[in-house]
Amino acid sequence: MQKKKNKIETKRLNFFYGDHQALFDNDLSIEANKITAVIGPSGCGKSTHLRVYNRIFELHRGQRAEGEVFIDGKDILDPGIDLLDLRRRVGMIFQKPTPFPMSVFDNVAYPIRLHFKASQKEIAERVENALRGAALWDEVKDKLRESGQALSGGQQQRLCIARAIAAEPEILLMDEPTSAIDPVGTLKIEELMDRLRERFTIVIVTHNMQQASRISDTTAFFYKGSIVEVGPTKLIFTNPRNKLTEDYVSGRFG
Amino acid sequence: MKTRSTFFRKTKDSLMRAFSGFATSMALVLMAWVIFTIVREGHSSISAELFLNASKPFGEVGGGIANALLGTVMITAGAAALALPPALAAGIWLAEFGKDSLLARAARFTVNVMMGVPSVIVGLFAYGVLVTTTGHFSGFAGSFALAILMFPVVVRTTEDQFSGIGDALRESLLALGASRARSTLTVIWRAARSGVVTGVLLAVARVSGETAPLLFTALFADTWPTSYFSGPTPSAPVLITSYTMDSPFESMHRIGWSAALAMAVILLAVNITARYFGAKRAAKRK
Repeated sequence: MQKKKNKIETKRLNFFYGDHQALFDNDLSIEANKITAVIGPSGCGKSTHLRVYNRIFELHRGQRAEGEVFIDGKDILDPGIDLLDLRRRVGMIFQKPTPFPMSVFDNVAYPIRLHFKASQKEIAERVENALRGAALWDEVKDKLRESGQALSGGQQQRLCIARAIAAEPEILLMDEPTSAIDPVGTLKIEELMDRLRERFTIVIVTHNMQQASRISDTTAFFYKGSIVEVGPTKLIFTNPRNKLTEDYVSGRFG
Repeated sequence: MKTRSTFFRKTKDSLMRAFSGFATSMALVLMAWVIFTIVREGHSSISAELFLNASKPFGEVGGGIANALLGTVMITAGAAALALPPALAAGIWLAEFGKDSLLARAARFTVNVMMGVPSVIVGLFAYGVLVTTTGHFSGFAGSFALAILMFPVVVRTTEDQFSGIGDALRESLLALGASRARSTLTVIWRAARSGVVTGVLLAVARVSGETAPLLFTALFADTWPTSYFSGPTPSAPVLITSYTMDSPFESMHRIGWSAALAMAVILLAVNITARYFGAKRAAKRK
């Protein structure tokens, strides 16, 4: 039986890059309105795993996923699923900020115009709300017409978060969202994530173990494409059951 | 361990730098030489009449080059109208959708071959399919020939510009729930636009100076280009060729050189415009 609070559940998820298998029988449950951190050494498959949740990997030839991934009880690997709607509900933030070559306002308005029938006034309101939600409004309210690409790296990433939440998703996937951002910008994004957990289910892939321990409720440790251990973040970092996990979180390899 | 002497490395470095500096200045010298010669030969007969009047038949005194310049604009614009829509679409398709598929590789190979086809052969082809069949030369046949020359260049530039955009942008568009087509036509196009515009302007400038294909198709006329679809149409490259090569009259040689000067100035302007767009894009990327 599925627990009701699980927003995402993967069952025997396997992933292939052509002939190369990258994920092995991943079983993972992700609770709603919690932050789940996915950690593990480079190349362990943590990003690959995350990229299944919105099927973004399908952009690339030769990549395929097998198994089941339930979001709200529905298998999103089902070919009949509405991909555009899935991706509206499952937002994603990437490692490098990707502001579109347009104004700050139009960046955030993009998903609104894409998914909603909204008047100009409603669009403007939603843009403001999204920018406030991403803790960016005060910094950009006087330069909404300027290029989104002119902002600082940290601001660009929060712009991307604003843009993602403007689509009114339920889940936010974050693929190493701060690894290209300076420490001050990182701190702001972490504070922001703490507030976002009230509204969204967040899954974050991170290289940074301090970050995982600071912000997440649950941590999943990946190694060579398999999930070694999942548990409350505190336990994973203080009292892991698995020797591999212990070695990794104590910095003995990675 | 003993360190290597830096003397030879430094010497090699300065030699290499001197050589590349020399090679670079060669390019500048050649360009300056070309411009200098055209200006020297062409400036004396530049006048307002030259740019207001149509050319006159061989032997008649006076006459301008305005009909030829206008004809070149029409033929080149016609070529752009024919070539750009399919070339842009093909370039976008190759970069965004075709990628490494069999059809895409075949198309890419064909486009590369097309780039190497001599313009005289393209002219003969246009002559065969549009002049002998209709029974008359026409500016449109000239546009058709130039379009064939322009097409592969624009396909390649467009593909290069679109493939130069990282997948990060594509993924973030898809991740928002945008379809492939929509993200390509809105955001990806915006990111690639200025580079594509630069490439298109350069391609247009390039073919506007082609002469050989026009000899088979548009031919020439000492009239205003009023019968673009049905009759010989004057153009600057053909005027330059026939006035300087075929005419015994010194006054016509002068006019030919002036037409060359006018073409050079116009093309330089187009090139600078194209570079300006390119530079703006480079500045934005920073």
